[in-house]
Amino acid sequence: MSKPISEEEYRKGMANRLKQWILGEEDPLLGNMEIQQQNEYVPNQKMLRRHKKDRDRVVRDVLDTEHNKHYKRFFRFYKIAAVVSCVALILILLVAVSYLPPVGSADKPVNNEVSAKYIEDGMQETGAVNIVTGMILDYRAFDTFGESNVLFIATCTVLIMLRNDRKKGKHSAEAEEKRDSYYEPKADSILQKITFVLFPIIVIYGIYVILNGHLSPGGGFSGGAIIGAGLILYLNAFGFEKIGRFFTEKTHKWISFAALTFYCLAKSYSFYTGAHHLESGIPLGTPGDIISSGLILPLNICVGLVVACTMYSFYALFRKGGY
Amino acid sequence: MAFVQNVPFFSIMLAMFSGIISSVLPGKIARRLHGVVTTMIGLMSAWLLVYLWQSDIGSYVFMMGHFPAPWGNEIRAGVLEAGMALFFCVIMLLSVLGGRKKRFDEIEVSKHNIYYILTNLLLGALLALVYTNDMFTAYVFVEITTIAACGLIMIRQNGRTIEAAVRYMIMSLLGSGLLLMGICMLYDLTGHLLMSNMQESVTQIMEAGTYSIPMLITIGLMTVGIAIKSALFPFHAWLPDAYGYSTVSSAAILSSLVSKGYIFLLIKIFYRVIGFEYIAGSHILNILFLFGLGGMIFGSISAIWEKDIRRMISFSSVAQIGYIFMGFGLGTEAGMIASIFHILAHAATKSLLFVAGIGLTDVSAGSRSFFDLTGAGYRNKVAGVGFAVGSLSMVGIPIFSGFVSKLLFAEAAVVDPSWRMFPTLIVLAISTILNAIYFLKTVLRIYTPESAAVEEEKGFYRITWKEQKWYAFTIVMFIVVNLILGVTSQPILEIIKEGLHNFA
Repeated sequence: MSKPISEEEYRKGMANRLKQWILGEEDPLLGNMEIQQQNEYVPNQKMLRRHKKDRDRVVRDVLDTEHNKHYKRFFRFYKIAAVVSCVALILILLVAVSYLPPVGSADKPVNNEVSAKYIEDGMQETGAVNIVTGMILDYRAFDTFGESNVLFIATCTVLIMLRNDRKKGKHSAEAEEKRDSYYEPKADSILQKITFVLFPIIVIYGIYVILNGHLSPGGGFSGGAIIGAGLILYLNAFGFEKIGRFFTEKTHKWISFAALTFYCLAKSYSFYTGAHHLESGIPLGTPGDIISSGLILPLNICVGLVVACTMYSFYALFRKGGY
Repeated sequence: MAFVQNVPFFSIMLAMFSGIISSVLPGKIARRLHGVVTTMIGLMSAWLLVYLWQSDIGSYVFMMGHFPAPWGNEIRAGVLEAGMALFFCVIMLLSVLGGRKKRFDEIEVSKHNIYYILTNLLLGALLALVYTNDMFTAYVFVEITTIAACGLIMIRQNGRTIEAAVRYMIMSLLGSGLLLMGICMLYDLTGHLLMSNMQESVTQIMEAGTYSIPMLITIGLMTVGIAIKSALFPFHAWLPDAYGYSTVSSAAILSSLVSKGYIFLLIKIFYRVIGFEYIAGSHILNILFLFGLGGMIFGSISAIWEKDIRRMISFSSVAQIGYIFMGFGLGTEAGMIASIFHILAHAATKSLLFVAGIGLTDVSAGSRSFFDLTGAGYRNKVAGVGFAVGSLSMVGIPIFSGFVSKLLFAEAAVVDPSWRMFPTLIVLAISTILNAIYFLKTVLRIYTPESAAVEEEKGFYRITWKEQKWYAFTIVMFIVVNLILGVTSQPILEIIKEGLHNFA
């Protein structure tokens, strides 16, 4: 049984507001989202003149090929040389590929005792159902140790490039971030609501991928990338202040330090015992269980943490120059 | 297995681990840690060198993990590897020590610990390149070396270093890409990544003659990749900026360690992966020979034209890398030994020149212009002596290391005469004269007295060794290393020869 409602109640009702939003008469975000009105762009004459002067100088000294004959020759040579060397490289590689053993043939040199042993004995020797994980974290763990150090050193290099250590003043990281995102909408409720739902799911999925690295496709590198993406989403929705409550540069530093230290020490132990033909004493467990395959699970977690931190720190550094 | 045989494993892991620890340490403690760790690794490598030299085991493999070689990773050590590790540690230690004061001026204080992360990881990666017996491990550590080198260039932040780092990164990644493609194709042809197994398959393939064309292309890709990364003559455009504008320790490390690590990997590929007989018979060495000769001449000519002293020293590197590849190009064992000796001689001398050069420019109000250096040898006597010794060594004056390597190159060209003999000797002579022109004119310039009035006006000052004890100590140690290489070259050559025999 329906009951008649007053006009005032109808105006406040869901249906009317939906209709108004579709017709564009009302903006539901108005008053909820902090957004700065953009002023009309007024070019700074002084800066314009300076840029123009720079540009004129470049044109006069280099780009104006009528008066700079040697640059004209150089540009022509540069274009021709670039095309010729690229085409030559492509041709050489195509020739090489055409002579290589065909893909998928049974007597390919790659199908030898090395890959056969990985496939046949992999599960028994490493305890990992996923052969790839067994290979990268047990058979060839030294390479993977190097690989996680590549990530670590890449983060350090980006830190050198982008970290802004000035704490105060016009050029501090805070002030620059504020300037950069001045016109960006803050507290965007659509993004926040969706992140509220998605962030836990993404992180849990990432953890699942990491923890099941030795059982199913995935592992530290892919799971870490998923968690990193989740953190980036969270940062975009809620800003640096909120994420700073649980993830700061200090957290990042200590997490990646702890993860890499554990990796280094655990693998040193394993290498040392292996080289001297000693029993490592680490149980492999039943293949297929979550807690199995010896060191692979903890190492996957370490790699995952390093990758997640690296992904997030790249984004945060590009955004603010410190976090 | 004797306990000393753990040294390669310990030194790689220790260097990497100290890099990881440095990330949470303040800069000052990280610097001390770097010094201690590098010294420890150097001492351990010396121990291993002595042990291997006295015993007759040749070289041995060390299993990295519970699985034997073709399945797991392994590293392999012999006298040459141990000697290289020791040498790298010495140069690393001295280079970092020599640029100590300069780093405080040029690097933000809060980023000092990152510098030591880079140097420690770089040392670990170089040691791994020296000891590895697996092509893929080599590639992974080549990556670490490349990224660390970019970081070392741009940690002094100004426009020139960032431009230099970008150029370095593009060229170096091109080199890495070619190397990776080469490794992939070689894996496809042989089915192995372990160097010794690869060589077996390569020998079979060569005898059967089935895959000769892709094999040639593969070797070419790997050689060109490493040549780009180590700045062989036509690919050297990135070098002067990268060495010339980075902070002085970085310049010394890059010129004397990073490029040498790559070249050492190339020697390893020649001997242990492909087999030197096949390499010597292929035409790839002819190309390396020609490029090497080109580098020797054009590098020196560019250096003569250069008015900026740091860039002049950098261009000299192009010429010296040319010498090394020219030695490869001779295609004989004698040429190879000469090249390896020149790796040592150049590394010791070039880092000395960079470190001494910075002392000279500092007392000339920071001006790097050649003309402002007048009388700089009197203003900073230690740096002046260091620069003079480095120059004499590069030109090839007896009792310094450069002389021995030039003698060896000439000998190598004459002992096994081929069409390469006359070009080698002629270009060697021309290059020596060109070297003498630009180095000796600088030495004359720094020892030409400048009037006190001009010094006053330009803001030059004098500094004695007592005010810069660590710097003076570094210069003296560099000179000592140079003299050791120059005077006691015979045992070092024996080690290189023995090491090359164990390589194959």
